[in-house]
Amino acid sequence: MKRVALYAAALGFMAFAGFPFYWMLITAFKQNRDLYVGAFDTRHVPWIFNDPPTLEHVRLLFGQTDFLRWIANTLIVVVAVVVITVAVAVPAGYSLARLTGRWGERLGIGIFFTYLIPPTLLFIPFARLVALLGLQNSLGALILIYPTITIPFCTWLVMGFLRSVPWDIEEQAMIDGYSRLAVIVKVVPRLIVPGILTVVVFSFTLVLQEFVYALTFISSVDRMTVSLGVPIALVRGDVYHWGALMAAALFTSIPLAIVYNLFIDRFIQGFTLGAVKG
Amino acid sequence: MIPPRSFADREDLLGVAMLAPALGYVLLLVGVPFVLAIVLSFSTATAGSLSFGWAGFANYAAILSDPIFRRALGNTAIVTIGSQVLVVVLATAAAQVFRAAFHGKRTARFVLLLPWAVPVSLAAIAWTWIFDSTFSVINWTLKVGGLLHGWLYWLGDPALALVAIIIVQAWRIFPFATVIVLAGLASLPQDVMEAAIVDGAGFWRRLFYVELPLLLPVVAVAVLFGVVYTATDLGVVYILTGGGPANTTHVLPTLAFQRGIQGADLGQGAAIAVFLLPFLIVVATLMLRLARHTEVGST
Repeated sequence: MKRVALYAAALGFMAFAGFPFYWMLITAFKQNRDLYVGAFDTRHVPWIFNDPPTLEHVRLLFGQTDFLRWIANTLIVVVAVVVITVAVAVPAGYSLARLTGRWGERLGIGIFFTYLIPPTLLFIPFARLVALLGLQNSLGALILIYPTITIPFCTWLVMGFLRSVPWDIEEQAMIDGYSRLAVIVKVVPRLIVPGILTVVVFSFTLVLQEFVYALTFISSVDRMTVSLGVPIALVRGDVYHWGALMAAALFTSIPLAIVYNLFIDRFIQGFTLGAVKG
Repeated sequence: MIPPRSFADREDLLGVAMLAPALGYVLLLVGVPFVLAIVLSFSTATAGSLSFGWAGFANYAAILSDPIFRRALGNTAIVTIGSQVLVVVLATAAAQVFRAAFHGKRTARFVLLLPWAVPVSLAAIAWTWIFDSTFSVINWTLKVGGLLHGWLYWLGDPALALVAIIIVQAWRIFPFATVIVLAGLASLPQDVMEAAIVDGAGFWRRLFYVELPLLLPVVAVAVLFGVVYTATDLGVVYILTGGGPANTTHVLPTLAFQRGIQGADLGQGAAIAVFLLPFLIVVATLMLRLARHTEVGST
């Protein structure tokens, strides 16, 4: 009896969380005459394929829209933001965890709090800064600004990660005659590979998810990222190509969800401010 | 005599050098814009021209006497509080389910996390389709279930649209809160739980008198992030309703975007966005207190 209740509850939560994705899936592959039947027609069941599935919407998405272009743009931004974030946040996290002592911890919390300052507070001043730099309607604006979100969180992640890495290996290297700098350059990178990987994944997911800055700075359809182009440019006037729209949403979400699933525990350690020992 | 140490062995200098790029980035591209956001709210700045004049409190006076702004401020509070109440209930319940071992748990966890992984804008467009005025599958299901006799224009009716926005925000954030609560459950002191069982406390007594009080800091962390994510979110409302019908469902971020970017009135847009600060200051203060609290508790 208790088991039944457990499974029922688990299924309930799965249904609520997963329902929009089921809906994306079924919409993406339905024929139009099966898709566009008003919901007031109670004899036509919208939850299933009443006609055989079709690839028509997928062909439309890849053949007649800028979807592939948006994927390419997103990847360009991802690579640039990942490089900047790793180059800046990893040394900073190491510094706060190992080199700066007690004030490093306070500064770490300070840097983390800047992560709480939201894009919706900053997009108006950024509109002016981006205009001053001549970066309007360019991927450069996104590459410059996205690290303001990734650097604070990733510095914090690396700092937290290093707390779980024993100090012995670095100490031993110094006893063996390495200078402090040589330890950092030669020994530390190997120790913190998992931490760096987490930084890469976090930056990647953030770039795919970000919407506010992209909406503010990018106006040409051919320069959009996926998360901007799909909801904005696939809707022409009042015409929604729901099949193609849902196919695009599905194809973007699933790979992202798989990557996310692998790293969620590390992100959570970051979010709980160390209140939870992982 | 101690030999003078080179740069390569000076921890303090190395520390500063490695920290400098991050600090520089954050100060220049978060600190400066943050100050500029507040300065702009007192200015007559418009997009297109780089010069601007001092406006004093004119922008604030204008928005405070504007019923659309007051409504947006109220909506922001309603959506934030409404969705976070749902999130707390859903997340504590889901955590109780997902701490247990059962078949297919990995799949279940994957599905549970989907809403958190999907880009906000893509989730919002999927919900727009789900709430469509003609094709809404919700209406069909309610009608077939005999629960609905008329018709629900989800995004066309101001009150229903707010309900829809609250549902989407709660849907988006409760998986994240669940994982945080689960992490908290895993780190509860085992001896306390065992003592409660030995003393004969049943499931509900253990839940309400032992676990939930101990979990409070962790639930608080989840809610605080939830408040930030909801109160400052632009994507859900922008895509679901665009602030409509007739500007009744705006929240602060969408109204700031409409006035500041689309309407090119940077000063007024900045003033509207500044009203997000009270939400953030409350959250930051509570988080700092929590962080200090757990620090004391753990040593």
